[in-house]
This record gives sequence, structure tokens and C-alpha cells, in this order.
Amino acid sequence: MKRYSMWLLGGLVFLITVLPSWLGIYSTYVQFILTLVGINVILAVSLNLINGYMGEFSVGHAAFMGVGAYISSIITVRLVADSSFFGDALLSPIWSILVFPVSLILGGIAAALFSLLVAIPSFRTRGDYLAIITLAVNFIFKSVIENIDVIGGPRGFMGMGKVVKAMDDVFAMPWVMVWTFISVVLTIYIVRNYVTSTMGKGIVAIREDEIAAELMTVNTRRLKVITFMLSCGLAGLAGGLHGHTLSYVNPSGYFILQSTIMLVMVYLGGMGSISGSVISAVGFTILLELLRPLGLFRWVATPLLLILIMLFRPTGIMGNRELLDVFPKLRKYFTSSEEVITHANATD
Amino acid sequence: MSLDIFLQNFLNAMQWGSFLALIAVGYTMVYGVLLLINFAHGDIFMVGAYVGYFIGTFLLNKFAVKLPFDLPTWLIIPITIMLTMAITALVGVTIERIAYRPLRNRGAHRLYLVITALMFGLLLEYGNLALLGASDRQFPTLFEKEIYTIGNLSVTNVKIIVILLSFLLMGALWFVVQKTKWGMAMRAISYDRLAVPLMGISVDSIIVATFVIGSSMAAVAGVMYGTAFPILSFDMGMLVGWQAFIAAVVGGIGSIRGAMLGGYIMGFIQIYVAAFLPSTFRDLITFSIFLLILVVRPTGIFGVARRTKV
Repeated sequence: MKRYSMWLLGGLVFLITVLPSWLGIYSTYVQFILTLVGINVILAVSLNLINGYMGEFSVGHAAFMGVGAYISSIITVRLVADSSFFGDALLSPIWSILVFPVSLILGGIAAALFSLLVAIPSFRTRGDYLAIITLAVNFIFKSVIENIDVIGGPRGFMGMGKVVKAMDDVFAMPWVMVWTFISVVLTIYIVRNYVTSTMGKGIVAIREDEIAAELMTVNTRRLKVITFMLSCGLAGLAGGLHGHTLSYVNPSGYFILQSTIMLVMVYLGGMGSISGSVISAVGFTILLELLRPLGLFRWVATPLLLILIMLFRPTGIMGNRELLDVFPKLRKYFTSSEEVITHANATD
Repeated sequence: MSLDIFLQNFLNAMQWGSFLALIAVGYTMVYGVLLLINFAHGDIFMVGAYVGYFIGTFLLNKFAVKLPFDLPTWLIIPITIMLTMAITALVGVTIERIAYRPLRNRGAHRLYLVITALMFGLLLEYGNLALLGASDRQFPTLFEKEIYTIGNLSVTNVKIIVILLSFLLMGALWFVVQKTKWGMAMRAISYDRLAVPLMGISVDSIIVATFVIGSSMAAVAGVMYGTAFPILSFDMGMLVGWQAFIAAVVGGIGSIRGAMLGGYIMGFIQIYVAAFLPSTFRDLITFSIFLLILVVRPTGIFGVARRTKV
């Protein structure tokens, strides 16, 4: 039972989100919101790796999401869609099914490489000074994109709608949503295993005390580079999905406001809690949609609500605990992270 | 590069740097005392500009509610600045009182306070947008703009006043921090926060004083900004405030002279880049330079590395 419970949970989520969308039960609006929920889950979980587990304060995570969004959108539009930016498509639209996931991965890789701009300074620069480096990287990203006129500059880049339509023509399926679902599962799987691995213990040690961790033979530089690249790569993956969901990307969409939203999701859920990040990402996205009738006051009500939550729960919804720590009865059905570690140690 | 263009831009850079330095000082003071990045500070600057806008229009008798008499111009400027400082300081202290202090007393992690500050910034920004609408507002002309021409150089009185006033304020701040008991207490808190309450100093009142000083500096910056560039918009706090914040950190956060230096460095880089290169490159070059400074000096220009014991 315990062995399959995670798969069962994933299957259940698939059954209530992707399958009805495929069969056309959900309206396009609901599908759009569900995809956004998935993207936000990836973003929150990936940022939690840096801000929660490693204890650095990244304020410019949207830059990496933006890199992923731009790279993957440029690739798909160049290869399989006719656009005013690049002219005719290089490949026939049938290829779109294959090009899309590849472009997502390439977007993630590009974001991971871009994250070296933060990871390498992080060897010496720490804490709030590193936060400013991430913020400066966010400014630099926006400025660079605005200066590249081929991809629309500040006006933004579009044409991903054609790619999504091409995929739909080849085989009718909510493709972006399916890939979002796969990415969410993959993200949670990777991050969960990463933080329970020896490396994960290493980054928690860096958070608690970097010098002590170094003395305990933790290779801090290597771990920092790996963690930044993993986290930012996942953000880039989410960015690619985001670009294809909105079918429009522009540089100010991946700026301070987007970074703020990600930070809020991480700290609302609790630093260093994957289930907290998932809960808060789902809750936050749905809350924003529920408040849409308020119009502009939505952006007044949301911060107010979040301040109140912070005042009553100063460690976020979950603190640094996981769902299993809060509801111990669930241990009957799920493997907790401690068991994963003991199991790994036993087999070593 | 001719000397005239250089000097002309020098004055522009001094003016722009003064705004940034005045805001950066507020960031750095709160950080020095609380170790809190007060992300709402940029929006306090915005609040200052808007409060100044309303008081200025009211005193100039251009508002819906009118005074029974006209005030002389030389009186309007100081009254506007004083009242704006007072009201903005009240806003700053209110935020501290209702959002930061309860969290601090409950022993929340430092970063949760930062997130609350971010939320308060959003709240002020979008509260303004929702209440006052998206249309940009014209800041009232508090005094007539005069242009003096010296050779090929033209100087407006606004520029001179902005530069002189900010120097005056920073001098006053230096005096308060270095020469008064309150200033000594502020320095003591940033030096050792555990020992300060043991010496019979009320930490909470020092924190309130810090917020009062920081917010009123931002208020002056807001009024001056409105006078120099008379268009106000709801997101000016984000656009100018975040840059001032970066300037404060590059100067060495927690250090007041660092914040001033950072503000002026940023002002100079931005103005000179915009003067000699396409202005779209301004942010790219500015932030690349700042990133390099932080890589070379990981604790900013004047920042001191805190020694950690293991």
C-alpha cells in the first residue's frame, strides 16, 4: 500500500484535472486556471529549494522563469509556426508534438546556465547581498530582453498560440496541461528526493551554518551551484509552460511583481516544506482567481489577507514541517521522508 | 565629450543621486536597527509624494475645499514639506506598529518580516491605484522655476534647492546619529542588539524613531521629486525605490555614508549612461556594474563583514 500511495495520489490528481479537460468537461477558463496552478506549484517548490532549504534569499527568481519562457517560445515558434518575427516555419506542424517538450527542456537548461550568474557570486557574497545580486539579475534580464528588437523588445513576443493549435490539430489533447502535469510530478519527485538525499542534508547544513558545514566536509561550492542550477532550471521549465499557456511573453511579465508572487507562495507555505509550497501555490492561485470580481481591489485584498495570515501564523501555513508531520495518521498510507532516509541508509 | 555636456550632466546626476540617496538612507537605517529589508520603503516615498501633492494643492487653493485666504509662497513650501514629513512618518510608524512589531514579538523568522514588508508595499501601491485611479497626477508648482545661465550651462533653481536640501538633511542626519543620545542608541542596537535593552534603552522607541527619520527623509525626497519631475504615478515607489534599495546595499547596507555614496554612484552611472548611450542600455549597464561591485566586495563598499563564530 505504502509503495503505491504516491502513484495513486498522482493518478487521482490526473483523474480530476487532466482527464476531464481532455474529455471537454471543463471549460477553457477552468483548464487555464488548472494549468496556472500547476505552473505555480513548480515555481513555489523550486524556489523553496533556494529560499527554504538552502536559506539564501533569492528575490529575482522571475528572471529564470523568463529565460525559460523566452527560449522555449522562440524555439517552438521558429521551428513549427509561421510568425512575423522569423517568417515561415522550418518544420511541418506535425513536429510540434515533439518540438514542444524538447523546447521546454532546452528552456530549463538555458535558465540553469543563466543561474550561474547568481551561483558563482554566491561563493563569496551571502545573505542580503546575494539577494541584491538576484534582484540585479532580474533587472539585467528585463533590460537585455528589451534591447533585443528581433524578439519584440519591450512589446513582447507571441505566436505560441499557433504552436499549441498545431499540437491540437495533430492529436486532440490539452497538450500544455498534460506537460504541466508531467512537469509538476517530475518537479516534486526530483525536489523531494534531492532534499532527502545526502546533498539535500548538505544544503540544509549550509542554511544552518555555512562554515560548520564546510568543516564537516560539505562541498559548499559544488552544492550551491547544483542547487541554483536545479532550482532555476525548474523555474525555466515552468516559464516555458507559462509562455505557451498565455501564448504571449513580455519582459515586464517576468519582473518584480512575478518574483514577489513566487516569494509569497514560498513563505506562505513555510520555508523548507514541499507540501506547504504545494498547498500555498494551489491556494494562492485559486484565491487570486476568486477575488477577480473585485477588480483593482483584488491587489489590495490579497496583500491584506496575506498580512493577516502572517500575523496569525508567523511561520507560514506549514512552518518547516511536511503534511505527514502535521497529520501523523497519514503515515499509515504514505512513506515519510525520514523513512526514505532510513531506507536509503539501510540499503547502503 | 565636451566639458559643457559633462558639467550639465554632473548637475543632473547630483540631483538624481540626491533622490536615491535620501531614499537609500531610509532603507539602510531600518536595516541597521532591525536587520529588516523594509521593502515598503519605496512605497513610503510614493506616499510622501502624494501627500505632498494633496497638501500643496490645498495650500495653493487649487483643491476642491478652499482656504478662506491665500498663503504667501515663501510660507507654502516649508509648511508643505513639514506636514508631508509628519504625515508620511505617521504612515511609516503605523506600518511598523501594526505589521512588523507583532511579528517581531512573536519571534518570527527575519524573512517573514521581509515578506510582510513586500505585501505592505503592494498594499500601498495598489491601494493608491484603486482609490485615486490610474491617471497620472500633475504635482503643483510650489515655486516658479527659474533658469540661470552661466556660460553654456543652464541651472534651474529646483536643481540647486534639491541638491542643497538633501545635503542639509544628510548633515542633520549625521548629527543626529553621531552626536545625540538617540543616535548613539541606534548605533548601539546595530552593534549588539542583546546588550542594548540591558542598558535600560527602550528598543521599541528607538525603532519608532528610526522609522520616523527614514520615512520623513523619504517624504522630503517625494516632495522634491514631485517638484523636479511633476508627474506622479502609483508605481513610482517601485521604480525609484527598488533602485535606491540596490544603491543602499551596494554602499554597504546598515552604513549611512554607504547609502549616500551608493545613491550618488547610481545617480551618476544612470545619468551618464543615458547621456552618452541609448537610454535603453541604462539599466543593463547600471546593474551590471553593481553586480560586479558586489562580486568584488561581497559586503558592499562600506559594509563590514560580520564575524561568525562556529
